[in-house]
Amino acid sequence: MKFIFDRNTWQEIFGSISKNKTRTIITIVGVLWGIFIYIALSGAAKGMDNGFEKVFESVSMNSMFVWGQSTSMPYEGFKTGRPMQLKLSDVTTLENRIPEIQNIAPRITLGNFGSDPVFTVRGQKSGSYPVNGDYPVYTRIATKKIFDGGRFINDEDIAQARKVCVIGERNLQELFEKDEDPIGQFIRIGDVYFQVVGVHKLSQGVSFDNDNAIFIPFTTFRKLYNTGENVDYFCIAAYDDVDVVQVEKDVKSLLRNIHRVNPEDERAFGSFNLGEMFTKVSGFAKGMTFLSLVVGIATILAGVIGIGNILLISVKERTKELGVRRALGATPKEVRSQIILESVFLTMIAGVMGIILGAGVLSIINSLTKDLDFPYTNPTVPIPYVLGALLIMVVLGTLIGLIPAQRAVSIKPIDALREE
Amino acid sequence: MIEIKNLHKSYQMGKNSLHVLKGINFSVEEGELVAIMGSSGSGKSTLLNILGMLDELDEGSYTLDGVPIKNLNETKAAQYRNKFLGFIFQSFNLINYKTAAENVALPLYYQRVGRKERQEKALKYLEQVGLKEWATHLPSELSGGQKQRVAIARAMAAEPKVLLADEPTGALDSKTSYEVMDLIQKINDQGNTILLVTHEEDIAHMCKRIVHLKDGVIVEDKKVDQVRAEQYV
Repeated sequence: MKFIFDRNTWQEIFGSISKNKTRTIITIVGVLWGIFIYIALSGAAKGMDNGFEKVFESVSMNSMFVWGQSTSMPYEGFKTGRPMQLKLSDVTTLENRIPEIQNIAPRITLGNFGSDPVFTVRGQKSGSYPVNGDYPVYTRIATKKIFDGGRFINDEDIAQARKVCVIGERNLQELFEKDEDPIGQFIRIGDVYFQVVGVHKLSQGVSFDNDNAIFIPFTTFRKLYNTGENVDYFCIAAYDDVDVVQVEKDVKSLLRNIHRVNPEDERAFGSFNLGEMFTKVSGFAKGMTFLSLVVGIATILAGVIGIGNILLISVKERTKELGVRRALGATPKEVRSQIILESVFLTMIAGVMGIILGAGVLSIINSLTKDLDFPYTNPTVPIPYVLGALLIMVVLGTLIGLIPAQRAVSIKPIDALREE
Repeated sequence: MIEIKNLHKSYQMGKNSLHVLKGINFSVEEGELVAIMGSSGSGKSTLLNILGMLDELDEGSYTLDGVPIKNLNETKAAQYRNKFLGFIFQSFNLINYKTAAENVALPLYYQRVGRKERQEKALKYLEQVGLKEWATHLPSELSGGQKQRVAIARAMAAEPKVLLADEPTGALDSKTSYEVMDLIQKINDQGNTILLVTHEEDIAHMCKRIVHLKDGVIVEDKKVDQVRAEQYV
């Protein structure tokens, strides 16, 4: 062990590899390429992973939607094809019977699912936009960024059925003058004037709403359009540690129960599960990470084998030198250690250079994709991965160095010297 | 210094066994300059290799400076070589990517001598062979005679008990041969024991004793009047 920390040893090894430049460079390029690919790939995969993460950041990951369709089986005397209508009272039942549910936001809309958007006017300007009747709880499922000075619909709005609205960025552009402050202004939605209380910012990535959607209190909506207890769809968020796929099943089965639908009828209620979606996407990202890990390590392996190969050839080339060294008093152990240390040293240098190069490329990719609409954020390689790769390289470098080293000492000095 | 009794050595060549050395009895005193002569195949190089612990003997005994040399493993042999012996080869065998000084310093590295001391000693011995100005040159920049002188300096650097030279002038023209022999004689004058294998009569007569080998046995062992190489230089 003392041998490894001896300055003289390293001077000898450094001398040997610095004076055989071509050999050294060729050897290094192999491993450098390997670790570079490894770093670049796994960093890129991580960047994509982060990108997806960011896309989903504004919505609750394990959330789902459920809406009514029409039955496909007769049941309890009801005919097939009976349209299903969700009711506000379902909320309480769902909340009471399924404890996994964290929040339920019922919503009723115009302008989505085939109904006509609402004609909206402000002064000389007008447009047709979808209108949603919402509860404040909605923001706990999908974050709504509201511009400074504004707010989302609150409980008071609901209780008093106030005529207030939150508009989107596009509504702002189309209905207001530039630099005009919309807060406190009135717009006419359909036949009724509403006061604007906030402007929501369209979130990057996954969003449940368009940037031209207008939000009004649920209670106001139902009074205006006489929709009573009707709800178009529920946004449901489950607790973080809950399997949302199971919740989806429970919710639908409970709804079938409430609305007297055949328990076997899968078509009566439609649903969309964001958690499942997210799992798929993040599974894809994980698959990419795994793939890049495998490819990277395989490339490193190929590089290290390359080093072994070149060292093996160089041992053959250096048979005479090694014979001379042994005639001059180098013990087999010293010769072996020299070859192995050369191998490890070359691998390490190449590895560190590859890591630096890979990190450089990642930062270039990062700065290039910064402003692109592409799920790619902050490509990094976790330090344990880097250290792991270095460790693998040192171990492989040693193992692969053993072959030429053993070969070097298996030749008798006399034979080595005789070789011309 | 060297004591060899009833030395036998044979090589296995496929199915045939080749008996190279057939009972050599031979001793060398300190300060001697011995030429081992013989035609090719007479076993002179084999004898030198056994003396140099590069090869093992089959039968007989070999004592070097009072130490019996037998059943050595590679590590032990390497340590003994480093401690007792200096080698001079026909083809110089300098390490081509090391400078003259680094080549000379190499045996000292294996003696665990510090870097600074190694450099000082290397320069000292290079000066002795008259090549101090060439210390930083690579072997490829040196002439044959210069290379051999570097090799001699390298053999000397470890301060061995015995210098073994295998046809040291074999690859040199006569003028450089005499220069090298002059150097060897001077080293011998300082009291170093030197064994030299050659098949050239004039080189052999520059030694103090000639041992003739033929077909694996010593046929002649005589003291001669040394011819000084100086006069030819």
